[in-house]
Amino acid sequence: MLYLFQSASEVGPWCENIIVMAQITDQQNEDTGSISIQRIEHTTGWRVVDFREIWEYRDLFYFLVYRDVKTRYAQSVLGIGWAVAQPIFMMIVFSVIFGRLVGVGSDGLPYVVFSYTALVPWTYFSGALGASTGSLTSNKNLLSKVYFPRLIIPLTSILAKLVDFLIALILVAVLMIWYGIAPSIWAVMLPVYVLIMLATVAGLGMWLTALSVQFRDVSYGIPLGIQLLMYLSPVVYPVSVVPDKFRPYYALNPMSAVIDGFRSGLLGATEPQFDLLLIGSGVALVLIVTGAMYFKRTERIFADVV
Amino acid sequence: MSDVAIRVEGLSKRYRIGLAEERADTLASSVANLVRQPVRNFRKLASLTRFSDSSDDAEDIIWALRDVHLDIPAGQVIGLIGSNGAGKSTLLKILSRITEPTSGSATIKGRVSSLLEVGTGFHPELTGRENVYLNGSVLGMRRSDISRRFDEILAFAEVEKFIDTPVKRYSSGMQVRLAFSVAAHLEPEVMLIDEVLAVGDAAFQKKCLGRLDGVAQEGRTVVFVSHNMSAVRNLCERAVLLEHGSVKQDGQIDEVMNTYLNVDTGIPPEQVWDDPTTAPGDDRVKLRSIRVTAGGRLLPEIDYSSNFDVEVNYQNHTQNLRVAVSVHIRNSRGDLVFTSGNTPDATDGLDPWYGKPQPVGLFKTTCTVPGRLLNEGAYSVSVFLVGAFVKDAMARAPEVVSFQIKDMRRGEREYQGEWQGIIRPILKWHTESVEGHEPASIEA
Repeated sequence: MLYLFQSASEVGPWCENIIVMAQITDQQNEDTGSISIQRIEHTTGWRVVDFREIWEYRDLFYFLVYRDVKTRYAQSVLGIGWAVAQPIFMMIVFSVIFGRLVGVGSDGLPYVVFSYTALVPWTYFSGALGASTGSLTSNKNLLSKVYFPRLIIPLTSILAKLVDFLIALILVAVLMIWYGIAPSIWAVMLPVYVLIMLATVAGLGMWLTALSVQFRDVSYGIPLGIQLLMYLSPVVYPVSVVPDKFRPYYALNPMSAVIDGFRSGLLGATEPQFDLLLIGSGVALVLIVTGAMYFKRTERIFADVV
Repeated sequence: MSDVAIRVEGLSKRYRIGLAEERADTLASSVANLVRQPVRNFRKLASLTRFSDSSDDAEDIIWALRDVHLDIPAGQVIGLIGSNGAGKSTLLKILSRITEPTSGSATIKGRVSSLLEVGTGFHPELTGRENVYLNGSVLGMRRSDISRRFDEILAFAEVEKFIDTPVKRYSSGMQVRLAFSVAAHLEPEVMLIDEVLAVGDAAFQKKCLGRLDGVAQEGRTVVFVSHNMSAVRNLCERAVLLEHGSVKQDGQIDEVMNTYLNVDTGIPPEQVWDDPTTAPGDDRVKLRSIRVTAGGRLLPEIDYSSNFDVEVNYQNHTQNLRVAVSVHIRNSRGDLVFTSGNTPDATDGLDPWYGKPQPVGLFKTTCTVPGRLLNEGAYSVSVFLVGAFVKDAMARAPEVVSFQIKDMRRGEREYQGEWQGIIRPILKWHTESVEGHEPASIEA
C-alpha cells in the first residue's frame, strides 16, 4: 500500500523528490506489490481508528490474547477454576447476607441463582475494566520498544477476560438445571446484551486506560468506582425496587440493562426492561465512540509519559 | 544511489522534565503544601505533554533532538554514534514510530522493523515455541512467515531440544539466543537496531554480527546504534555522530569515529597493525595493537575516578625471548607525566611473564592505571618493547594512542572549577587545634 501525503501543504520543499520516489514506488509495486512509504511527523487533533491497520496486526492481537489467557493462571493449582471462584464466593456471601439476613427480594427466584446470574456479567465487567486500565502500564515495555496500534493493548485484556466469562456462564447453566429453571423466550436477546456489555467495557476501558497513562490516580480510583457502581447496578437486588423517579438516571448505567437482560432471558421471572435497554445501549454507544476518539487523541504521547 | 530509503528533515523532539519540588520550611507551609499538592500534581502531569511556544527554552525542557537532517540511501548500513544522551535512541524511536517528533518529518520507504531490544514481549511462562510466535508477531512478522522460518530460527538459536519448555527454565544465554534468532530472521527492507549486541556470550555475538553482515550484504538499509565501536566499524560504511541532539558529523566511518573518540589530540584511543610489515618492531617481536579502555570499552572520555587499562598486544617471533613492556604517558602540553613498565620495581605485584623466556606467539600485556590520579585533559601513550634486563628497544610506538580524562561528577562536587596541576591525586588531609585561648571543640 502507499501512504503518501494527505494534503499539498505537507509536501514541503522536496516535492520533486517525492514525485520521483512515488514513481519508483509505482514501478516497484508492479514487481513486488509491497513497497510502502511511511511519513512520520507531529500530529494533532482527533483521529479516527484505523481499522485496516488493526486488521494488519491481527496476528499480534491473537498472540497477545493467547498470552494473557495462557499465563493468567499458570502455575496455580485451581487454574482456570479461579475464573469461577470470585462469582461463587460473592454469591455465597450475598445469599447469606442479602438473601437470608436482610431478606432482599429476588423476583421469586432462589437468591443463589438470582445473584449468581448477575454476578457473571458483573465479574466480567469489573475484571476486564481493571485489567484493561492497567494494561498499558503493565505492557510499558512493549509500548516503548515497538510500534503497533496501541488500541490492541486494552482490547487484548477485554477479550482475554471473555474466557473467564464463558466459564462462569457454564455454571449458570448448572445452577439452572439444579433449580429446574428454564430460560425464557427473551434469551434470544442475550447476544445483544453481551454486545452492550462489551461496548461498555471497551468504551470505559479506553477512556480510563488513556487517562491512567498520564494520571496514575485512575488506577487507584477504579476499584473504588467499581465497588460503588455495583450497588448502583441490580446485582444484589431486583430492578423493581428502584423508585420510578430515579429510574431515568438509573438507566444511564448500561450494566443495569445487561444484568436485567441476563436475568430476564435466562431465569424468565421478569420481562426485559426496555427503557433500560434503550438508554443503556445509547450510553454504551457513546462510551465506545468517545473512548476510541480520546484514546486515539492521546496515544501519541503514551510512549513518552508511560 | 538516488534511491533514498530514509529521509529525515528538520526532526526535533523535546521532552519536559519534572521541576524540583518546592520545599516547605515551616509546619504551616508543609500543611499548605499538602493541600496544594493535588492541584500542583495535576498541573505538572498535564503539562508533561503540553508546550506553549513561549516556553521554548524554559529550564524544564530538554531537546533530545534538534533539527536533524539525514538522507540514507537504500541498501546503506549506517552507524549512529555519540555519547549517552546524544539523541541516538530518540532518533530510532521516532523512526520506528514509537514516539512522535515535536517538529520536522521523516519519510521511510519500505517495510520497517525495529529492534530496540531483544525479546520484547517474551513471557517466562510461555514455551520457547509460543514465545517465538509472540515475539515474531511483536516485531511485525506474519504467523505464516514465522511458521515458514521456524526451523531456521530454532537451528540458529541452538535450542531445538527445549522448544516446548517454558522459557523461564532456560538459561539467560538460551533466552537471548532464541530472542535474537527471531529478530535475525526478519525480512524488512529497513532495519533499525539499537545496542542489542551487548548481550549473549562472545561466540554468539560473533554469530549475530555475521548474520547482520549478511543482512547488510542483501541490500537492506540498516540503521545501527552501538557503543561497540569495533562492531560499528565492521558493519557500517557511514556513520553519523550525534551530540546534544544535533548531527555533529556525517561521513565515512573512520573519520567520524576518529572525531568521536579523540576530541582533542587527533590520535585515536586504539591502534591496530594488521600488516606485520608496517607494525613497529624488528624481526624478534612486533606490536599488534594498543588500546586504552575503561571497563573494557573504548571511550571518548574516561571518568576521572575510574581505572583504565592500557592494553598492548604483541607477537613474539623468537623462542625464549624475554620481553618487557614500557609505557610513557604525556599530557597535551607534552609533559611526561609518568613512565612505567612491567619490571618488578614498578609493578604492584609481579607480572607472571616478566623476565621469563617466552615462546613464540601472541601476548597481551595490560597496565591498569588507577583512577583519581591524572588530572582532567588529553593524554598520549607511547609504548616500547624492550628486552628484559637490557635497555635495547625492540619496538617503539611513540604517541600512537590517546585518551581523555574527564570528571563526570564535576557538577556534584563542592569545588566545581578546574584543578591546577599535572596530576590530581586524592590525599589525606587533617587539621587539629594545637594551641588556643579557649578549649577548642569541633562540635561548638
